[in-house]
Amino acid sequence: MRKVAVVAAASRQEEKMLDTEVEMMIPLITKVRESVGLQQTDIDFTCSGSSDFLAGQAFSFVMTLDAVGPNPPIVESHVEMDGAWALYEAWVKLQMGKSETALVYSYGKPSPGSIRDVLATQLDPYYVAPLWPDAHSVAALQARLLLEGGHTTIEQLADYAVRAGRVSDHEEYFSQPFIADPLRDADCPSYADGGVAVILATEGVAEKLSDNPAWITGIDHRIDAHHFGVRDLTMAPSVRLAAKNAGVSDAAVDVAELHAAYTTHEVIIRREMGLSVRPNAKQRSYPLAADTLMASGLLRIAEASRAIWEGGAQRAVAHATAGHLLQQNLVCVLEGGQP
Amino acid sequence: METHERLSAPLVLEYPFTRTTGPVIGAFLTGLREAILLGIKRADGTVLFPPTEYDPQSSESLYEMVEVGQDGTVLTWTWIDKPRDQSPWKQAHALALIQLDQTDTSLLHAVLVDDVKQMITGMRVTTQWRDEREGHINDIEGFIPIEGSGV
Repeated sequence: MRKVAVVAAASRQEEKMLDTEVEMMIPLITKVRESVGLQQTDIDFTCSGSSDFLAGQAFSFVMTLDAVGPNPPIVESHVEMDGAWALYEAWVKLQMGKSETALVYSYGKPSPGSIRDVLATQLDPYYVAPLWPDAHSVAALQARLLLEGGHTTIEQLADYAVRAGRVSDHEEYFSQPFIADPLRDADCPSYADGGVAVILATEGVAEKLSDNPAWITGIDHRIDAHHFGVRDLTMAPSVRLAAKNAGVSDAAVDVAELHAAYTTHEVIIRREMGLSVRPNAKQRSYPLAADTLMASGLLRIAEASRAIWEGGAQRAVAHATAGHLLQQNLVCVLEGGQP
Repeated sequence: METHERLSAPLVLEYPFTRTTGPVIGAFLTGLREAILLGIKRADGTVLFPPTEYDPQSSESLYEMVEVGQDGTVLTWTWIDKPRDQSPWKQAHALALIQLDQTDTSLLHAVLVDDVKQMITGMRVTTQWRDEREGHINDIEGFIPIEGSGV
């Protein structure tokens, strides 16, 4: 395996952005390249993640390439997924041995529409999508199973909501009415517009671009059964498997950046990854407080990398997910020091 | 030209293709039209409902469709006080995962009750069909509680 590191990141999230996707990404892509002194012609591979369903237009990502500058021609790819999966594709590309640097970015701008409803369009087209279940209601089905099955308590969910900054204390949490029984507003994601861009580099190059590269020592992604009723929704075997393959529990974890968009997701992710239920280390930001479709996962990897660059962590874990029931999961382990 | 009429053309956002639903989903949807519920048997004898062409765990192809019960049990639910604009239901209702008798997995659908107080996990429900059916998941209007069944 070639050693690959995250060497730079730039990100932005706002509740409602007036900029277009291109206008949003130009400063981020420019900043991340400048921070390591690279121009687009120095970058061997570019990969992005975004959602045509959200933009309401096929091949919408092609427009955003204007933020990269695709002339002279670049080697480029795109996934209709969170940028964490675009990073995985770039990591595989770097493993092939012909490339040494990669630009990975992703973005989402949910504010013009109702993402809570738009997400229904990604569900099974015959059995589920025609019923138009909104995202919070689907997550609530899992929440009730967790609560009534004794896998968590309302108090624990309130703790997570407080830690993520969705409410100031338990009293405020319990004063909220159900938004999707048994979930309250503070249990559900607050959606944000935003984007993130990172630079990857292989061993030998990464050290020249960064004083303290965040080396990817393990990365894996897995998917669970497509139909809601097939899997025990109190578990996420794909998280467990991805975490095992990425080597999460091979050594101590200083920082865990989890893509938990619902308080109930945090319960499942922590248990499946073998992380402590009551973490002492705070995340740098929380998808529960600002969730950006297609960017939240890559942002977790960026934040975990920042923790290493700034010396706050030696070993960090980042997790990305897709689906309101944690159907698809990616786990990435990052370490500071020598490759 | 005397007139200054603006040229316009309608724009319909659509997928300009159709596809067949195949031997399993197609049979299931045809069953709905006839008010029959069809699941599919896995190698271990358990029944997937709604049916898929493959086993989600082993990826094996599945072929043996079986008729399943029209009564079932609510495994989990949430309450929809104000249905969203696109929802096929206009009244408050529960959205639930329902495991029908003679099946081993569950279906997402509505439980049609007036008040959240009527909802409890484990309650027994039965299929309520629409009079006009066309081979669509909405041929099932929803599920209604079986009176006196308790939990």
